[in-house]
Amino acid sequence: MTKIAVEIAGIKMKNPVLAASGCYGFGREYNQLYDISRLGGIMTKGTTLEPKLGNPTPRLAETPAGMLNSIGLQNPGVDKVILEEIPWLRTFDVACIVNISGYSIEEFEIIAERLDGVSGVDGLEVNISCPNVKGGGMAFGTDPHTAALVVKRVKAKTKLPLIVKLSPNVTAITEIAKAVENAGADAVSLINTLLGMVIDIKQRKPILANTMGGLSGPAVKPIAVRMVYQVYTAVEIPIIGMGGITTFEDAVEFMLAGASAVAIGAGNFTDPFAPLKVIDGLEKWLEQEGIKDVREIIGGCK
Amino acid sequence: MVVSIKASILENKKILPDFYRLKIAVPQISKTAVPGQFVMIKTSSTLDPLLRRPISLHRINRDVGTIELVYQVLGKGTILLSEMVQGELEVMGPLGNGFSWQQSFKRTAIVGGGCGIAPLLTLAEHLIGNGQEVHVLLGAQNKEKLLNEADFKELGCKVLVATDNGSSGRKGFVTEILEELISTTNLDQVYCCGPLPMTNGVIKLTKSKMIPCQVSLEERMACGIGACLGCVCQVRNEDGTIGYKRVCHEGPVFNASELIFEKD
Repeated sequence: MTKIAVEIAGIKMKNPVLAASGCYGFGREYNQLYDISRLGGIMTKGTTLEPKLGNPTPRLAETPAGMLNSIGLQNPGVDKVILEEIPWLRTFDVACIVNISGYSIEEFEIIAERLDGVSGVDGLEVNISCPNVKGGGMAFGTDPHTAALVVKRVKAKTKLPLIVKLSPNVTAITEIAKAVENAGADAVSLINTLLGMVIDIKQRKPILANTMGGLSGPAVKPIAVRMVYQVYTAVEIPIIGMGGITTFEDAVEFMLAGASAVAIGAGNFTDPFAPLKVIDGLEKWLEQEGIKDVREIIGGCK
Repeated sequence: MVVSIKASILENKKILPDFYRLKIAVPQISKTAVPGQFVMIKTSSTLDPLLRRPISLHRINRDVGTIELVYQVLGKGTILLSEMVQGELEVMGPLGNGFSWQQSFKRTAIVGGGCGIAPLLTLAEHLIGNGQEVHVLLGAQNKEKLLNEADFKELGCKVLVATDNGSSGRKGFVTEILEELISTTNLDQVYCCGPLPMTNGVIKLTKSKMIPCQVSLEERMACGIGACLGCVCQVRNEDGTIGYKRVCHEGPVFNASELIFEKD
């Protein structure tokens, strides 16, 4: 019997496959199609202190083997998430990691404080890398000092494990990873989306109302794998790898690069059953390879 | 209940220069689907294009377990779809909130423009089946792009047409015909699906005449089931504040009274 359970920053997961933040809401929609407790974990929609309307439309633009989004963190705010989403999600046997996003360090602190001790929340994913909001978002994640400061201050407000979501829109992701590790991060997740742009040549203007957006999907996968590989050599804390995963082979690739678990984002849109296929495929592959425990392949790239 | 399954292609046929009609066997969807709902279709076995295409239901053939979709070939995804002539394709649905009507309705009008006409045929079928007098006003650029005129007539609808160049029906806009119809006929409800300028015109007109209007909207979609928040539209909430609703989930059919358009 092959073991596929993993534990990241003290969060136990029955398998190493999660739903990535922003692509999966709080799980309600996909639960119409399959039991979401099949997953190792769910990283919720980015949650802010106040309710956010998000950006004007169009918010989506398709690109070769990828897509740009500029949702702008539309969410009901942390209080409503605690009141309406977490109690529902808690009824499922699946790790619940709440993605939190602040427009200031103080906001990050308040959100973390409110979620601390909330039953059903297993960890926080600290989003210092959203490319689609002004005054914050990605700005926190592109400077090692600011990134470390956010982590340190949030850490002081909660006992929950902190997974820090890193931005790929930096020159040296290892510097940011090391900075947040030193500041107390329990794990890192990467990559968030890459800042991109698509122009409609007929109208000679950007397709996205917000001009730029975050690129995700298989188009970004080699960049994500490279960054996981680099970060694995730079830090001791576990990595949740993501960026363009659609198959179990992709998941294996990320784990060989150094990820302890993987998350599926845009892949859900191509095939809503993608996470289940990745879990099943991974398990079969491990059996075929004669590997007894999925953890053996982490960082196994020669 | 939403399902995501493989469905056999029964027909995928060009019906007008830019339009195809796709018929698939999918009883799991046809048994619960209502007019105005849509499906997400995977158009490629590769990862490019990445996203499924939202296409509204053109006909729901519950008795034989099939659905029909009419789509316009516009880009990579729909070109690939038009090339699928046999075998299976992956489809998710039925999705979204459809059109609604009441038993008490006596007379209704359906206003459609361009490929927005496609989802209105199944609506007309249901309204006629409900014993209503159904006026159908169709708009298109020209005769070659005018969908389903004969199909609506066959159902027993009263059909009027407007084209931009006058190649079929009146030369002008479908909203002009609607204005005349409203002045002579008492309508319980107007249903609308088409390009934004047309939709906008229909909403303004029905609002000024105090006629309830349901509008089906189109938006770029990624997940199609309400998770990604990519396809929202602006609405006025009950408390007067402005918010966003998901075209794929609370829509694609909305009451016109809650929608906020740029030109309001």
